[in-house]
Amino acid sequence: MADPKGILIGGEMPQSGGRPGMTLELLGIGRKLADQLGEELSVVIMGESIGEAEGRELVAHGADKVYIANHPLLKSYHPDAFITATEQVLRHLKPSIFLMGRSEIGQDVAPSVGFRLRTGVAMDCLDLQVDGSRRLVMIRPVYGGNARAHFICTDVFPQIATVRPKTQDPALRQEGRQGSVENIEVELDPSVRRSDWVSYKKWESTGGVSLGSAEYVVSGGRGIGSEDAYKETIEVAAAVLNGAAGASKACCDAGYAPPGNQVGLTGQRVSPKLYVAVAISGASQHIAGMGTSKTIIAVNKDPDAHIFKVARYGVVADYKQVMPAFIQKCRELVGKGE
Amino acid sequence: MPLHLICCAKQVPDPETPAVSFRVDPIAKRVVPAPGIAPVISPFDEQAIEVALKIKDARPDTKVTVISMGAASARDAVKHGLAMGADEGILLEDPLFEGTDAFQTAYALSAAVRKLGDYNAIFCGRQAADFDQGQVAIGLAELLGIPALINGQSAEFVSDSRVRFERVLPDGIGVFEADAPVLTSYSQEVGQPRYPTLRNIMTAARKEIAIWHASDLDINQAEFTPKTKLVDLYVPTYEGKCEIIEGETAAEVGEKLALKLREAKII
Repeated sequence: MADPKGILIGGEMPQSGGRPGMTLELLGIGRKLADQLGEELSVVIMGESIGEAEGRELVAHGADKVYIANHPLLKSYHPDAFITATEQVLRHLKPSIFLMGRSEIGQDVAPSVGFRLRTGVAMDCLDLQVDGSRRLVMIRPVYGGNARAHFICTDVFPQIATVRPKTQDPALRQEGRQGSVENIEVELDPSVRRSDWVSYKKWESTGGVSLGSAEYVVSGGRGIGSEDAYKETIEVAAAVLNGAAGASKACCDAGYAPPGNQVGLTGQRVSPKLYVAVAISGASQHIAGMGTSKTIIAVNKDPDAHIFKVARYGVVADYKQVMPAFIQKCRELVGKGE
Repeated sequence: MPLHLICCAKQVPDPETPAVSFRVDPIAKRVVPAPGIAPVISPFDEQAIEVALKIKDARPDTKVTVISMGAASARDAVKHGLAMGADEGILLEDPLFEGTDAFQTAYALSAAVRKLGDYNAIFCGRQAADFDQGQVAIGLAELLGIPALINGQSAEFVSDSRVRFERVLPDGIGVFEADAPVLTSYSQEVGQPRYPTLRNIMTAARKEIAIWHASDLDINQAEFTPKTKLVDLYVPTYEGKCEIIEGETAAEVGEKLALKLREAKII
């Protein structure tokens, strides 16, 4: 049996509920690792009728090889179909490293195939490196972000990691980049599906922007003080920035914000471009969910609040005094009348 | 037919421990327990138990079993499940079960579930509040050969053999159905789990928790090997370069903050 070699990325396609940006982020980190190892970087994309042009795009973004797995059962995302197809691809291609996003898809597929192949998996990595023995070092937050852990696989392959969305710089397009695009067969039978999709209910949200994918998040803490104040300040600011409203656990527990808005260890993990923490002290429970945001702003009347340790810009004041002017100015700058 | 539901619960350092009390021993690659702060049941596991108990509320002849694995202190996680209203508790305790990775944990749990025999569904937290792996639930399903429905907010039996499950997706709720037995996992969307009533605490205190050692389970030692290894554990340092925006009035500060963001091309 050939030694496992190369890096394979499990790409995401919009047709099957994936986020193409995730694939580009994986290509960003994957390319770095491949160059360090001097090995090939491949991507597998799955769907029903993916064409060569879509594969060529990924070559232009840094892939050496793109494998397209087309099958009627891969038309839309179903965990069992994607898990079995991925398992077959990995058994066939035998990569040394397999990367996915820690997305809805990656959360199902990566651990499942890891267990099927009796190999090691690290979820939600913030960074990946290669050590002196050419092993993949998988760096992930643990204990709610209080600690960072480095994991390696125990000589089992492929070394599987899922990467936290929006933590990696997406690969840039390079015109004229060379690489191959080929089809890869997967054999799937309808009986592979062990659960049925019955219905879908979209969240009723004010702005229609989901917390997990928002570029801008405005969150409130217990210091917000009431449900009305949360609506008037946090939700309004989020809407002005065309983002989503979040909250700390304490704020949700107090009933000021709905439980689905919770950001933190026991809530959603977000990495937006901008995170505005209003009246949030910055308990590690909360930092666990937002510490990887690109820019963090803290508004808090306590100058010693822990949130200022992770923030880029801070305002030491009562939010009630500052936020109306901030919202008004943002409204002008972003160009939203009302 | 009465249902049998199995809940997996892990004992973890209290995730609400203040950051200042959090210490790591980098040599032993372990977290130093914060003095005076007792470990707790992992919050998502508690929520999974809540979902199982809601099913029991609707069908009182349902049996709910709580399993935990780990040192003797993990007994408290089982006790907590019993105090919430679960019927039986099992602790998997063995030197072999200490310092296990996700694969080994799921493997030991799968052996325990097999020993329990008939069951209709398994309930787990989405991830434990210590290592946040998010693998054991799915791995357990894989090792048992049953479907895993993850990241849920609720589940119900629409018939004796069919489960309806609501999965939390980034922008909504997906409703799925699968034939039992299934494994399901949950997180905060379940909502506040019930508090143990005084009566349940008293009943739980009288209940015997079964202790199962590795020798009580069908564990193939050649298979029971870690797939991942922790090589480094440390407390990350933040840059701590926070620029404080100041001004004559609060309103001026608010405006300056917005302008700062425009300057930095963030908005």
